[in-house]
Amino acid sequence: MHVTEWWKQNKDKGDNNMENLISIGVRSIFVDNMIFAYFLGMCSYLAVSKKVKTAIGLGAAVIFVLGITIPLNWLVYNYFLKPGAMAWTGIDALKDIDLSFIGLIIYISVIAAFVQLTEMAVEKLSPALYAALGIFLPLIAVNCSILGGALFMIGRPYNLAEATTFGLGSGIGWFLAVVALAAIREKLKYSQVPAPLRGLGITFIIVGLMSFGFLSFMGFSI
Amino acid sequence: MATATEEKKAATPAQPVFGRKERKLLSDPLDSNNPITVQVLGICSALAVTVQMKPAFFMSLGVIFVTMMSNLFISLLRNAIPARVRIIVQLAVVSSFVILVDQVLKAYFYDVSKQLSVFVGLIVTNCIVMGRLEAFAMGNKPFPSLIDGIGNGIGYGAILMVVAFFRELLGSGSVFGFKVFEAMGINYIGNGVMVYPVGACIVIGLVIWAQRARNGMVETE
Repeated sequence: MHVTEWWKQNKDKGDNNMENLISIGVRSIFVDNMIFAYFLGMCSYLAVSKKVKTAIGLGAAVIFVLGITIPLNWLVYNYFLKPGAMAWTGIDALKDIDLSFIGLIIYISVIAAFVQLTEMAVEKLSPALYAALGIFLPLIAVNCSILGGALFMIGRPYNLAEATTFGLGSGIGWFLAVVALAAIREKLKYSQVPAPLRGLGITFIIVGLMSFGFLSFMGFSI
Repeated sequence: MATATEEKKAATPAQPVFGRKERKLLSDPLDSNNPITVQVLGICSALAVTVQMKPAFFMSLGVIFVTMMSNLFISLLRNAIPARVRIIVQLAVVSSFVILVDQVLKAYFYDVSKQLSVFVGLIVTNCIVMGRLEAFAMGNKPFPSLIDGIGNGIGYGAILMVVAFFRELLGSGSVFGFKVFEAMGINYIGNGVMVYPVGACIVIGLVIWAQRARNGMVETE
């Protein structure tokens, strides 16, 4: 009942058309870029952006995990945690219950459990992929962009399709940012940087300038 | 790990409660082992909450509380946690404390909690907390772990306040919401770049430069 009502509402509003989804996707890749607009996932961003090859590995893992955990957390929030979300059970005692205050611990558990499961599955099913992604997968559980994506998604009135698009888009945005920075840092090895600024210092300033470039996407909509 | 600490204990039988070692644990993260500028941990929130000093201040208090308490509790539990599931156990402990901070902020400082938005929740995945749990609390006694947590929290807060000071001063011409330039009779137009993410990255880059120029640290690639 709940589900059908919800679909009908959204159909009436025309929220599920392609145009809207593309707009959300483009926004989350360029305008609301996880790195350049919110600085989410900075720690691993700085740590793995020394080589393009490793950057691509972690970037791909982020797209995959964001694309799956955001819809998962959307389902958890809308069917268990939201005030009155458990009305679908039909039990009177659960009708008005509001569990949103424990949201944080639930989202992070969903993420950590999913990452752990994926790691096991990939290890069993595809050793080649595991060798490529292996070391990055456990890192992802504590990548702020994954939890941050979940928290942003809760804060905005997305439906399931929009949430999935948002997750994938954010992942692609992170991927682009990390590969771009890695490419710059590979070239940076050959330049004369003042000694105390070497490494972290100059990397921050470069990220600042890249973020400057991404500012030009602000106010951009289709 | 256990034998190493036991040996140390045997060598120094009568240790004062707050001796040189503890003081070092507290002062190191402020300078030579700073979590942000040297260990490169907890960058996300350091950049995102520093537009103004007030939210940065509350964020620092929150992080100090969480690092302190979770270091203490993980250290107490360190022999009971199976190595394979330790990340999930750590996350569960940390997120309980973060929920506490989040609820207190929502109840007593609603405007600050609105400004910090998702970043209070993101203390859960703040690498400082996890990093110190893995690097210190899993292998040390509760009391040194508590001190280490406080030290790293303060080291994080110090950088946060420096960055927030410059961003607020140059971006909106005020300090803690007090209009400095207006009070001095200078007509100052805020520099928009400082309010944007760009400002944060560049200010923190310069802070790192200044700090490393002072203590002579050079990163080799």
